Formats: sequence, structure tokens, C-alpha cells
Amino acid sequence: MIPFRILLGAVFTLIAGAAHAAGPDLGQADKQPLNVVAIVLFLIFVGMTLVITYWAARRTKSTADFYAAGGGITGLQNGLAIAGDFMSAASFLGIAALVYSNGYDGLIYSIGFLVGWPIVMFLMAERLRNLGKYTFADVVSYRLQATPMRILSASGTLVVVAFYLIAQMVGAGQLIKLLFGLDYLYAVVLVGVLMVCYVTFGGMLATTWVQIIKAVMLLGGATFMAGAVLSQFGWSPLALFAKAVEVHPKHAAIMAPGAFVSDSIGTVSLGLALMFGTAGLPHILMRFFTVRDARAARKSVFYATGLIGYFYILTFIIGFGAIVLVGTNMDYAANPAAGGFTAAAALKGGGNMPAIHLARAVGGDALFGFISAVAFATILAVVSGLTLSGASAISHDLYASVIRRGRVSDGSEVRVSKWATVALGVVAILLGAAFEKVNVAFMVGLAFAIAASCNFPVLLLSMYWKGLTTKGAAVGGWLGLIVAFTLTVLSPSIWRDVLGFPAGIFPYNAPAIFSMPLAFIACYVVSVMDKSSDQARIEAARFEAQYLRSQTGIGAEGATAH
Amino acid sequence: MGGIDMDAIEVARIRNDPAFLELERKRSNFSWSLTILMLVIYLGFIFLVAFDHAIVAKQIGEGPLTLAFPLGLGVIVAAVVLTGIYVARANSEFDRLTAEVVGHSRRSTVTVGGRLVETLR
Repeated sequence: MIPFRILLGAVFTLIAGAAHAAGPDLGQADKQPLNVVAIVLFLIFVGMTLVITYWAARRTKSTADFYAAGGGITGLQNGLAIAGDFMSAASFLGIAALVYSNGYDGLIYSIGFLVGWPIVMFLMAERLRNLGKYTFADVVSYRLQATPMRILSASGTLVVVAFYLIAQMVGAGQLIKLLFGLDYLYAVVLVGVLMVCYVTFGGMLATTWVQIIKAVMLLGGATFMAGAVLSQFGWSPLALFAKAVEVHPKHAAIMAPGAFVSDSIGTVSLGLALMFGTAGLPHILMRFFTVRDARAARKSVFYATGLIGYFYILTFIIGFGAIVLVGTNMDYAANPAAGGFTAAAALKGGGNMPAIHLARAVGGDALFGFISAVAFATILAVVSGLTLSGASAISHDLYASVIRRGRVSDGSEVRVSKWATVALGVVAILLGAAFEKVNVAFMVGLAFAIAASCNFPVLLLSMYWKGLTTKGAAVGGWLGLIVAFTLTVLSPSIWRDVLGFPAGIFPYNAPAIFSMPLAFIACYVVSVMDKSSDQARIEAARFEAQYLRSQTGIGAEGATAH
Repeated sequence: MGGIDMDAIEVARIRNDPAFLELERKRSNFSWSLTILMLVIYLGFIFLVAFDHAIVAKQIGEGPLTLAFPLGLGVIVAAVVLTGIYVARANSEFDRLTAEVVGHSRRSTVTVGGRLVETLR
């Protein structure tokens, strides 16, 4: 293993090099001037997170430490970390940008992201905690056959993680390009290296604390920004909305659902994906194994729901604030000579930048620097969680359970997960480079659709339905994954916008309305057809013990570990 | 699989434990009712947005607000409140029942309500 100190040095060299490389760009009119506040704040954040990683690395020895922070995270800490996972660059920059472009439509996304949480609370949180160990595949394979279930869950995890990562990496690239005047690719590499560093050395403990610190910073920064916006309108949201309607080219249309309405099926489909996808996101599900018991798991969902709801209300105000204060200010337009309202795509730094520009508009260089540093920290924290989840799927599900059939030492499993982290870092950088021009909020929508169509149906049925068999779960899960993925590739947002074909073959950007019910139906039909096989009888007989453990926590993992 | 698996005697004992039966019935009713309520609220909102644009786009008074604003805000508030209601009951009443079931249990150690409950065979 590479000594931590050497890697620490390498990271600082990379950052110092980045700051230096930005120097020559100072004189160019089309780039932002070097922002000392932002760079200093960002370096402080990175320094702090590396200290935490060093601290966490000394406490991360066993697989339980690496995957689940030793099970010692409290409900409040976990709630903040979960909220942090959701307050990603995609929701902060992407939703503020959606509100900026389309007004009310941005809120539809926010609401969809939020309403998955009550469902997770009512149906899943305590059972997950009582049944699982490190990954949600532990729950799915509790009584079903390990090999097919682990392969399915790991595939579902990796595909979701890949789509989610793309969104985050693209946000990172755009942001640092704007902030440091650096090449997009250089920024993406910087994120990749830092994230690999946190996860490899600090495991879940470092990943969780990086997320907590960032969540507090982001909530603080967003609260301040929303307050600064409202203060300019006499603390009256109505005055803000009225002014936005006046200056926005779509005028009153921004006050009601707009773009989504033209596509009713697409809207409902997206709504389903956002709601049920939450309950199938591997990096979120994993967090339920970091707390002590079902009670702490429930508390963490409540804290997370409250914080996420509050945050989305803030992003809505921030988006409207940007319409008034950024859209009409030619300083933020890539081409000021054009005049008039600046469309999101025509802003300096690209379409995801309204929130960042707004920070400068209401708080000058200091707030611009702070929000830029926080937005970058957000990306780092979220990609770390995603990468840890992807690495766990490779090491815990594929390597330890499928390849080695459970006959594996703690040490070699942790070592595999660290190498998997490095590999995922490289993949994330490549994907980030490939998807530079895509709106990040859309990408996250795609990740949710796959989570809702593959991970969620299998996980829910495995906990609730005695009749689910391995064959049924495998057919349903794979069908959900493949159909959601294929329809996504054939949808306008990839087929037309990314691959450059004239029109999408599948008319909707959100496939969940078809792929999710299909997965449930396939799980049901195949399980029923399979129910008289010997394997199915064994699995049904083992349901009772699983059910009682899921309800009471008797025999649950980590119960005596502390 | 990790953790401790229950044997058939243990399964049968818990199955017939009145505390467990009460827990199972109450929690199942409660969590499914709340789930259905949340689904109705959210899907109602999404279907209105998707299929009945005229209603949600209706201005409130002189504007600029439309009906979509209180509806959207209402869904957010409902999500947080329903989650809070579930935790309040689960962390008091349901955890008390769970502790009873575990107390009757003759094997294994488990944490309930943050306390380590240890029982010996």
C-alpha cells in the first residue's frame, strides 16, 4: 500500500500545480480572475478532509470499519451524511439551474427527490438495518442464492454509481473551469485523485465525516444566500417572484409547471423514478449499516428528510434570485454584447452556474469564493460516497462472496476494495471527460430510474414477500436493469443529445413508468412459476427466520461489536 | 450470511409471543397507512401537474403565485411531518414492544433503543 504521507504530498503538489497553472489565465477577458478567497477556502477544506482521512485511516482496519465505519455513527451524524449525499452538486447547481431556466419545474424535481424518504422510513430503514451488514446485497441474498443475487445487486450498484458519478464529475469540471480558469479535464482529474485518497485510506469513516462537514457548510451557505436574496426584496418572496416574472423571457409561465406538462407520461415516469429510486440507491442504502440499530436508522431518516426538504426550499429561492440578479446582469453573460436576459446556457461557465454567479451578485467575492469552495466540496463528498459504494459491490459482493465463496480474510477483502476504488477513480475521470456537455440534473434522473427498476423491486420483495425465489428475483431484477438502461440509451437525452442521432427512438427521458412495473411483474410471475422447485421450497422455509429478525433485530449484525 | 440465525424453536416462540403479534399488527397497519397516504399525496400532485395543467396554473388572487406553490410546498411539509410521526411512535411504542420480545428471547444479544440487552439461554 502507498504510504499515506506520500499520497498527501502528491495531492498538495497537484493542487499547488493547479493554482500555478491558473496564473497565466489571469489576463484573459473571457476567464474569471483568480479568486483568492475561493482557493484559500478550498485548500482549507481539502486540508481538513485530509486530516480527517488520516485520523480515520488509523481507525480503519477491518472490513466492518472500511464498509460501515465500525457501526458507530449516530443517528444525527448519519442523517447529516444522508442529507449530504442528496445535497449533491446535481441538486444544488442543477436544480437552481432548472429553476433559473424553467421556474417552477425545478421544484418538481426537488419534491420527487424528497418523497422517497418517507417510503424508505416506513417500509425499509429498520428492516435494512436489522438484516444487512455492509451492502444491500447482504439483505437480498439473506435467504436467496448468494451468487446470482450478488451479481445482480453488484451490477445494479455499479450502473447506478456510474450514472451518478457522471453527473458529479461534469459539475466538478465546469465549476473548477470557472473558478480556477483550468482545463475541464484537469479539474476532473483533481476530483478523482482526492476522492480515491479519502476512500482508500479513510473508508466509510472518512467518507461520512467529509460528507457531514460539507453538509453543514452547504446548509449554512445556502441559508445565507437565500437570506441575502430575500433581504433585497424586503423579505417578501412575493416581491421576488413578481420581479422574476417581469424579467424572465417566459414571464408568468415560470410560476407554473411548464416544460414537463408537454410530456405527461414523462412527468409521471420521472416522478416514480425519483420517489422509488431513493429506496434503491446503493450509496444511500449502505449508510443504514453505519448506525448501531434500527432506532438510530429511523432517527437518521427523519433528520435527513427535514434537512433535505429545507435545502430544496432554499434552492428554489436561490434559483428565482438568480433569475432576477444574474439573468439581467450582463457581467455574467458569456457574450455581454447580446444584451437582454441571459439564458442558462449562455452564462459564463455554462448552464449549471446560476447559483455560483448569484453568490457573487449578493455577497461579492467572499461569498462567491465560499459557495464555489462548498460546491466543489459537495462534489468531492458525494463522489467519495458513490465510489465507496461501487468499490464495496466489487470487493464485498463480487470478490468475497461470488469469486471466493465467502472464504476470504478481512485483510484481502479490504485490499481488493482499495484497488477497486482506484479503478473506479480512473473510470470516473474517463466518464467525466466523455459527458462534458450534458445537463447534470438529467443524469441523476437516469440513475434514479435504474435504481427504481432493478435494486428497489428486488430489495423490497425479498424483505416482504415470502414467495420470492432466486429465479424470480434474478429475472425481474435483470429485466428492470436492462430495460431501464436500454430505454435510457434510446431516449432523446442520450440517443439524440449525446450520440448525435436525429431523434430519440424511445420518446421519453424517464423510463421508470415502464421498467419498474415490468421488474415487479417479472419477479412475481417467474417466482410463482418456480414455486414448486426444491430450491424455492428451501427459500420459502427460510423466510420466517429472516422476517422475525427484520422485525425484532434479534441476531442483527453489529449488535455486540462495540 | 452474517449474524446469528434463529433456530426453529426460537422462530416458533417469537411467532407465538403476544408482544410480537401486537408489534407486528400495529407496525404493519401504521407503516402501510402512512405509505399509502404519502403515495396518494405525491402521486396526486404529480398527476395534477402532468394531466391537469389548468388547475395548477390557476393564479391565487392577483398573482404572481399559482396554485402549484401551496401544493408543492404542502407535499414537502407532508413528507417531513409524516416521517416525524412515524419516528415518534416507532421509537417509543414499537421499541418498547420490541424490547419485550427480545426480553422473552432466550438467546442472542441485541441492542434495542440504544441499550445492549443481553439474555442468556
